Order: sequence, then C-alpha cells, then structure tokens
Amino acid sequence: MIEIRWHGRGGQGAVTSVELLALAAIEEGKYAQGFPAFGPERRGAPVMAYNRVSEKPIKIRSGIYKPDVVVVLDPSLVGLVNVTDGLKPDGLLIINTSKPAETLREQLKYKGKLATVDATHIAREELGVPIANTTMLGAVMKATKVLKLESLNEPLEERFGKIANKNKNALKRAYNDVKLAK
Amino acid sequence: MGKRIGMEVGIAAAEAVGLCNIDVAAVYPITPQSHIAEHLSDIVHDGRIDAEFITVESEHSSISACAGASATGARVYTATSSQGLMYMHEVLPIVSAMRLPVVMGNANRAIAGPLNIWNDHSDIMNQRDCGWIVMHAENGQEVIDMTIQSFKIAEHADVMLPTVVNMDGFQLTHMIEPLEFPTQAEVNKFLPDRVPYATLHPDKPVSMGCFNMPEIFTETMKVKDSVLINSKKTIIKIWNEWGKQFGRNYKPVETYKTKGAETLILTVGSMGETASVAVDELKKAGKSVGLVKLRLWRPFPLEELRAAIKGCKTLIVMDRSVTFGGIGGPVATEIKSLIFHDKDRPRIVNYLMGLGGRDVTVEDFITMVERAAKKKDETYEFYGVRE
Repeated sequence: MIEIRWHGRGGQGAVTSVELLALAAIEEGKYAQGFPAFGPERRGAPVMAYNRVSEKPIKIRSGIYKPDVVVVLDPSLVGLVNVTDGLKPDGLLIINTSKPAETLREQLKYKGKLATVDATHIAREELGVPIANTTMLGAVMKATKVLKLESLNEPLEERFGKIANKNKNALKRAYNDVKLAK
Repeated sequence: MGKRIGMEVGIAAAEAVGLCNIDVAAVYPITPQSHIAEHLSDIVHDGRIDAEFITVESEHSSISACAGASATGARVYTATSSQGLMYMHEVLPIVSAMRLPVVMGNANRAIAGPLNIWNDHSDIMNQRDCGWIVMHAENGQEVIDMTIQSFKIAEHADVMLPTVVNMDGFQLTHMIEPLEFPTQAEVNKFLPDRVPYATLHPDKPVSMGCFNMPEIFTETMKVKDSVLINSKKTIIKIWNEWGKQFGRNYKPVETYKTKGAETLILTVGSMGETASVAVDELKKAGKSVGLVKLRLWRPFPLEELRAAIKGCKTLIVMDRSVTFGGIGGPVATEIKSLIFHDKDRPRIVNYLMGLGGRDVTVEDFITMVERAAKKKDETYEFYGVRE
C-alpha cells in the first residue's frame, strides 16, 4: 500500500487531485481511498488531502501520519507548513517550485528523495491559471509510478469535459519535466 | 452486477436512493450529510427519477413532510446529521407509532455543545428510544446495500417501521472508494412496490396517529416494543435474500477471527475496519484477540451477540459517545445490563473514544487491547484524554 499526503491551499484543488488519483487507481482495478483532511473549507488557508492506493482491499479508516509520498501544490507552503512531517525515511517529497532542489533541501533541512517541477509555470501556460493541482498529478505519476498516466484520462474527461485536453497537456508536460534531485 | 466504480460515499448514498423508486424526498442539508441532499436534489431535478423533492426550511419540517407523504402511501426518504437529527427528535417517535416506513440516512456527527462538526455517534444514540430500526454501515458498499435493503425492511407488512442507516460522517461520507452498484433491473427484482396498510386520501378519510387516553396508551407502547423486537426476523430474512441475490451477506452481529479468542473488541460503524487491521497485527504477535461488530442497534440482537461473545474472557466495548453521569458509553452500558445474569459472562472493558472526530488508528486499538489486559475492574475510560 502507498500512502500520499497532499498539501495545498483551500481552493487550489487538493481535494480534486486526490479524487482524480483515487478514481484513476480504481479504474485500473486497484483499491484506493481519496479523502480531505476533514474540516471546514477555508479558501487560501493551508489544507491537506490524502490518498491510499493498494492491490488489496483497504481497511484502514484513520488519517495518514507516516506517508510514503508528500506532494506540495503551493510553493509558498514550504517553510510555512512542516511538509516533511512523518514522511517515511525512504519516502518521496514532490514539490511544485521554481527554485533549485539544493535551495529547498537547505530550507527544509531535508536529505531524502526529492522531486521538483515548476507546475505553476506549466499551468499558467497550458490552462491560463496558476492552479497546479492537475498538473502536479503528472509529476506524481512519473515520480511514484503508482499508476499509468493513461488511467487519468477518463476521470479527467468526466471532471473537466471541454477543458480536459488542456489539463491532460499540462499533466503530460509535468510528467516529462519533473526532475528527481540528487 | 453493475460496474465497479470510484465514487464519494455520500454521493453513492444518493445514487442508491435513486435506484429505489422513491416518490418523495424531503431533505435539509447539513454537514457532513450535505452531499446526499445536493446530489439527490440533482437526481430529481435532472429527471432521472420521477419523485418530488420537497425543499424544506428545517429538519423538523423534513421529517414531518416525510411522515405526511408516507401516510399517503408514498415511498419516502430523508437524510440528516447531528443537530438536524436532534431537531427531528420530537417527530421521530410519532413516525414509528404511526408505523410509517420512512427511510433515513444519518451521517453520524457529534452533537453540540460545544459545536463540533466531526464524527461520533452521539446523534443517533440520543434517539435510542424513538422506536426506529437503527443500523450502522461499516463502509461505502454497505451504505449502498443497506439503503436499498432498508426500504424493503421498513415497508414489509410484518414490520412497517421507520429505519435509519447510519454512516460515519466524513470517515464514510467524504471518502472516495471503489463501489459496486446493482443495476436498476436488479434493484427492481429485489425491491417490490410499497403496499401500504392504509392510506390518507380525501376521497376515503381515515384517522392516523390518534390521541391515546390512559386506557389505551400502555397497549400502544407494548405494540411498539413488540413490533420492533419482532422486526429482527424480517430484517434477517431480507438480508438473506440480499445475500442470495448479490452475494454480499449481512448479519445483525458480524464476527472477525473470533474463534477461540480470549479477548474480543466490539465496534459499531466504520471503526470496525480499522479495528480488523489491529486484530490482524495482534494475532501476528501471538495475542488471542478477535472482533465483533454490531450492525443492528435496534432491535438489539441479543441472541446473536451472546453467540458471538461466547467463551471470551474480556469484551472491550468501543463507544463513540458518552452516557453523561452514567457508567460510560451507551453500547457498553446496554450490553452490561443485557448479559448481567448470564453465567460466565465476560469482563467488560469500556473505552469512550473517537469523540467529535478524534482519530482512532490501528495503533490506538492495539494500545487499548494491551491496556485492557491490565485493567482489573469494569470502570470506563476516556481513551487518549489529556488531563
């Protein structure tokens, strides 16, 4: 089982990300959960959302405290929220950022696996808005290999209809651009 | 069977209702039930089903509208949570006394005060004596299945009682997970049309819910009690029919690895799944532990519980609400009372836990089991409380 924690800000679509990832996993025949950190929605405030993906039925219905993967949707959360909290020693941190990996390592005092992509830049170009949630899904697919990229097609089409293609393009660019730091 | 799909459980509850050929829904939105209200309203608005969605101004009105509609012979659904259920409270015993088979989904949430929107069972436990059939779902699939089953149970000629399906707020209602929907044809095969005992109609006037003098009130109360107790037979029968048709079996008391176990954990609702993982871990470590899950709360399945706990030395009852000023939680209090005279009854350890959204992890269940082994008496404990 792989456990993923998403950090975003209210309104940036962290909940949509976990929904799309869970739907894609189920589409593949896997078992999955997608759920928000339960509470009142607050636009702009730091929020979290979670995924579990497994080959077997998932029985655990508590929160995720020791994730295998942490995804940071909003660059400004680094340094503001303890994004590496509970991350497993061999876990993976995926950050939407325009900064070099070394700067982030210093800022976070983090030595583990790190992947970066400038998803906000991609989202601006492909979608015309700085909302990086679907874009970051591409980075997550590449860095974690948890699912096939194509499995996201149907959930994206169902969710976004006419603008699904724009989201798919953004996602593919992040899939190609994401860099695993040394 | 229909397709296996991913869906949020709250939405799935509304979709399940959409398969049940309802005539009327009267639902007032409240967190964490709101997605049920919104989505069911969409289903009606989009013309996917031919039903009336009554937009009420409160839960007192939604349950009253349901009672009126049900009295005309309609198939009726409502859903609520927490304060909404508390606001319905006054009407709930009237619906059961009038033998109106209203089906309700309740997204379990703590009741104020202080205000809290998260999950526990204090909302439904406060309705214990309202004369409704009360059952708890453990996962999203059970929410779908039990919603459909409930119409058949509630409307059965030997039952005619309102039924509430409890689903843990957020833990279930806001979870996206894999689900299987029966097809419309399969539901039609399972669920017959409602055949009401009597109907309110201006052309053929009848009186329902009449005033009772002291000369008759006691008799009415005895009937209410007996009919609820007797409904268990029909509930089991309908669950067996479901099992035959869909391959998923339902029992009033579910057991998991209980054979020969010295210690049993007893849960209600979605925490049973997390507890089952703790049982697996404890078994691996050589502990003699099993799990008992109470699906049916009213009528209370005493014989089934007795059979499930037979031979265990310690029964650890997990209560997600408090009987203030009493002796712990409502589930443990009730079980203690019901098995008080039983020979060789187990020692009952009672934890009050998971209150107002406090998370309960696999590790928490393991800690509770380990701590229970050291307890000497039968007092209760607020697990994890900071003092």
